[in-house]
Amino acid sequence: METALARTKTHLWGGGRSPFNVSYGKLMMWYFLMSDSFTFGAFLISYGSIRFSLNYWVNHNYVFNEFPFTEANLPLAFVSLMTFILIFSSVTMVLAVHEGHKMNKKGVEKWLALTILGGLCFLGSQAWEWTGLITGHHKVLVDGAIQYWGTTVSHNPWGPKVLFHGEMVATPGPVAFGGYFFGITGFHGFHVFTGVIINSIMLTKTRLGHFEKRGHYEMIEKAGLYWHFVDLVWVFVFLCFYLI
Amino acid sequence: MSAITTAHAIDPEHNKAQVKRIWKAFWILLVLTILELALGLTIYNIELNANYNEHLVLALKGTICILTLAKAFYIISIFMHLGDEVRNLIMSLAVPALSFIWFIFAFIYDGNSFKNLRNTDAGSHPSIENVQQHPAATPAIKEGEKN
Repeated sequence: METALARTKTHLWGGGRSPFNVSYGKLMMWYFLMSDSFTFGAFLISYGSIRFSLNYWVNHNYVFNEFPFTEANLPLAFVSLMTFILIFSSVTMVLAVHEGHKMNKKGVEKWLALTILGGLCFLGSQAWEWTGLITGHHKVLVDGAIQYWGTTVSHNPWGPKVLFHGEMVATPGPVAFGGYFFGITGFHGFHVFTGVIINSIMLTKTRLGHFEKRGHYEMIEKAGLYWHFVDLVWVFVFLCFYLI
Repeated sequence: MSAITTAHAIDPEHNKAQVKRIWKAFWILLVLTILELALGLTIYNIELNANYNEHLVLALKGTICILTLAKAFYIISIFMHLGDEVRNLIMSLAVPALSFIWFIFAFIYDGNSFKNLRNTDAGSHPSIENVQQHPAATPAIKEGEKN
């Protein structure tokens, strides 16, 4: 037993092969993703820190309650749709990687195309959500007069409500909300966008038979790692902005 | 390098098990997300009452955080296949990531401390938090007078 263990150890660290049993490219993709998670972590923790330092923060259930083609008050509905789209595109990506292991070109093409479609759906949803927030008209009491504001990086119409001429009207809320929301979801959206581009390049290369000629589909694995990371970050963005 | 990646040569039995595992992870993620949404909507309905139980809301939010960590675990270990990698590789990623625990506690504590200092003018008088949370107590006209 002991000798067997010693043998594997010298086997792994004896040189001539990767001691982590992965290729250089895949290992570096892991370390890139770790550093990227620190970037996102820093943004989200900074957001949490600012939120805890203020007496008033917005109620996300009132900000994010819209859904396409309806005027109804639907908190959480649209963002759950976006979450389901991203989880589903993560599954199609992992299935593409799996087909790559089997050297099944047609399978890789099919699942990769579905992943790209999922990514585009997510980006479209985000564009719709942002447009709704920025162009919205919400009644705000500013300097004793009523104004109509959208939610932007400089305007927040979701502040505490006050009594004005016998009616409860919102006052300007903390400006930090727009900055953090658009900054973090924008940075995540940019990752989705680059992920879609990377996946499109992978799909083209698969169609051209580059990976088949090379004898392995490891590039799909690396693109897959990036795509799953995008999904992983969304899990935390979803938590911080829409759930708590 | 190609020796490492083509070493995965998959037999049909293993193939079926792998695909099953992927879909199982998907259903787990879906169920966890639906649970989170249910709790989120519960919080929304609780907060509709003027005098809701803040501790209950905090407990529900904590539960949502735990569910999120479970989701993150499934994505990393099954979808990203980290669970199948060599232990040393897992540790070289997990150990630096553990510093997040400290970051989160330290920065949130700092933010909270900043709020307390501001509300009490650095401890020189009792908290005025309640006044700021309910500006309805101060007439709205006051805002206009400032300018």
